[in-house]
Amino acid sequence: MAGYNLKEVMSKPERLAAGHRMCAGCGATIGIRAVLRALHEGDRAVIGNATGCLEVSSFMYPYTAWEDSYIHNAFENAGATLSGVETAYRALKKRGRLPEDENFKFITFGGDGGTYDIGFQSLSGAMERGHDMVYVCYDNGAYMNTGIQRSSATPQFADTTTTPVGKESHGKVQTRKDLSAIIAEHHVPYVAQTTFTKDFKDIHVKSEKAIYTEGAAFLNVLAPCPRGWRYETSEVMKICHLAVETCYWPLFEVEHGNWRLTYEPKRKLPIEDFLREQGRFKHLFKPGGEELIEAFQAEVDKRWEDLLYRCSR
Amino acid sequence: MSKKDRMSGNEATAYAIRQVNPDVMPAFPITPSTEIPQMVSTYIANGEMDTEFIPVESEHSSMSAAVGAEAAGARSMTATSSCGLAFMWEELLVAASNRLPLVLTLVNRTLSGPININCDHSDSMGARDTGWIQIYAENNQEAYDNFIQAFPIAEDTRVHLPVMVCQDGFITSHAVENITIEEDADVKDFVGEYHPEEFLLNPGKPVAVGPYAVSNYSMEAKYNQEQAMIRSKEVILEVAEKFRKRFGRGFGLFEQYRTEDADFIMLIMGSAAGTAKEAADRLRERGMKAGVLKLRVFRPFPAEEIADALRGCRAVAIMDRCESFNGHGGPLSSEVNAALYLNGADVVSVSYVYGLAGRDFTVETAEGIFNELRDASESGKKLTQYRYVGLRTRKGQ
Repeated sequence: MAGYNLKEVMSKPERLAAGHRMCAGCGATIGIRAVLRALHEGDRAVIGNATGCLEVSSFMYPYTAWEDSYIHNAFENAGATLSGVETAYRALKKRGRLPEDENFKFITFGGDGGTYDIGFQSLSGAMERGHDMVYVCYDNGAYMNTGIQRSSATPQFADTTTTPVGKESHGKVQTRKDLSAIIAEHHVPYVAQTTFTKDFKDIHVKSEKAIYTEGAAFLNVLAPCPRGWRYETSEVMKICHLAVETCYWPLFEVEHGNWRLTYEPKRKLPIEDFLREQGRFKHLFKPGGEELIEAFQAEVDKRWEDLLYRCSR
Repeated sequence: MSKKDRMSGNEATAYAIRQVNPDVMPAFPITPSTEIPQMVSTYIANGEMDTEFIPVESEHSSMSAAVGAEAAGARSMTATSSCGLAFMWEELLVAASNRLPLVLTLVNRTLSGPININCDHSDSMGARDTGWIQIYAENNQEAYDNFIQAFPIAEDTRVHLPVMVCQDGFITSHAVENITIEEDADVKDFVGEYHPEEFLLNPGKPVAVGPYAVSNYSMEAKYNQEQAMIRSKEVILEVAEKFRKRFGRGFGLFEQYRTEDADFIMLIMGSAAGTAKEAADRLRERGMKAGVLKLRVFRPFPAEEIADALRGCRAVAIMDRCESFNGHGGPLSSEVNAALYLNGADVVSVSYVYGLAGRDFTVETAEGIFNELRDASESGKKLTQYRYVGLRTRKGQ
């Protein structure tokens, strides 16, 4: 997008108001506000939300931080719930019960628990049916709302409360599920993996595409959690930057089946740079951790190569 | 002009859905309610209705999508049975607590296990405390009539609660019977248009649905929900009366069949009421004053009205097509006995469990129950509480 101007974008009215109860240094709210800024002024939206930190912190009766209509239903059904809302919109439009010139957009947010795991079926169904909506996963890599339990998005070796590091344990045994690729294999019109770095252009452009592409779209947003990842709250931007520069969290999009890398680091940084900043990987930097870091690096390299291959076809 | 036709319960329900033409219907197939979404899809494919049908990937999603659609301002409904209802359990509570006037047409089927596709009431009885109004049908006609009344009850501003319209799997859903159906225009007029006060798609008036509420607020939400359930009784009666005046059929909370002077009453729900009535007729010919109280509305539970209707009879058989696994009777038995006690109706009652997982309930079985009540009453011998009827015997059958 040639006309991107950070100052201009940041001066748009906030659609998630201040006063919510999310933590300082939380990546989720930064990501969500960035997504919402991509809504064109004048367009209305209905926001969906899976149960999670975001929901319990932003809509605590009788207060809501959401400027748009908002619906929280349950943990595992944000996809289905918003598909009902979107279908209602089409039904009411068709039957003349909504003014012709009223445009609503449908965006739902879920953490990796509600998206990769318990809400996976509901998400898959909504994507396959092709509802005109955007599902946004704020991926903080564990069930943070209930106290940092592992999810299928948790990276290997992370110390979580259900994969605690101990005498017999190096943290999580398994590697991450690649949800962005899985949703891309649904052959929906638009899938992107993003996070907020530098001038927020990547997340902004992708959000706008996701919202304004007709049909189902999926955004996977890396959203660090200071409690679960154990970093200084002021370091959130740096963490995201390192996730991208180490190719732990590559930035790409899949538009109508075409895979495209949207950013390629000039010099891929070693994964230690990303891991070192986080308390959940502290044990990897103790004697004997070298092999684990090597394994982590090998997994990152393999996935990066796979992605380059997909993007080169 | 109303007209006569022959239809199964599923056909009658699908026909009523076509006439109401709701805005949105998500559904997922499950025996024996599968035909309903199939028939609706066919009506839509043939341009006979234009409801937005969502072919969801599960029942959990059908109720989730219905919740979303209804909250968005669309008149919405779904259909299911058995494990489908169990799977959408969590969402039943969400729908009711959000005060969404959804309609669910439930074709009753037993819950697993063993897996079995036939009728009993364990599915809806299991959901009896989810905050839904529950209305049961004896036959195809009532399945049709109850469905048409469901939206006016649910959407009444005194109520704002979801309604579950129940009919017996296969016995009602698949058996073809004579039925009177009404004109499309009459049904549409009876049901009326849906204009919710607050909804997600209300331009310029955003709302937030489904809050996190701390203990300071949650209890009032539950209390208000219960108040609506209490108020719904008068609305159910009003709608039933309006329906009766317009179409000449129906009754309120329950039907009293030959109970005025009855010594022995069978209290029963669903299709087996027809069997019970036949047994009462036969026994009356032989001189026994037998009657049947057929419960139509289980939620809200008409406790006082039932106690009044049973007061004066010598004994009542409370018939549960559902096991409660509580060691002392099915859910209907617990509710009716509490109603009798609390309203000071000194009536001998015996709890029976019948017809589980499609086990036949015959006129002879029903007669046997009436005879047991009479024999015990005459001999003064106390009957064993909580009895199963229709079980296989050790020697076979």
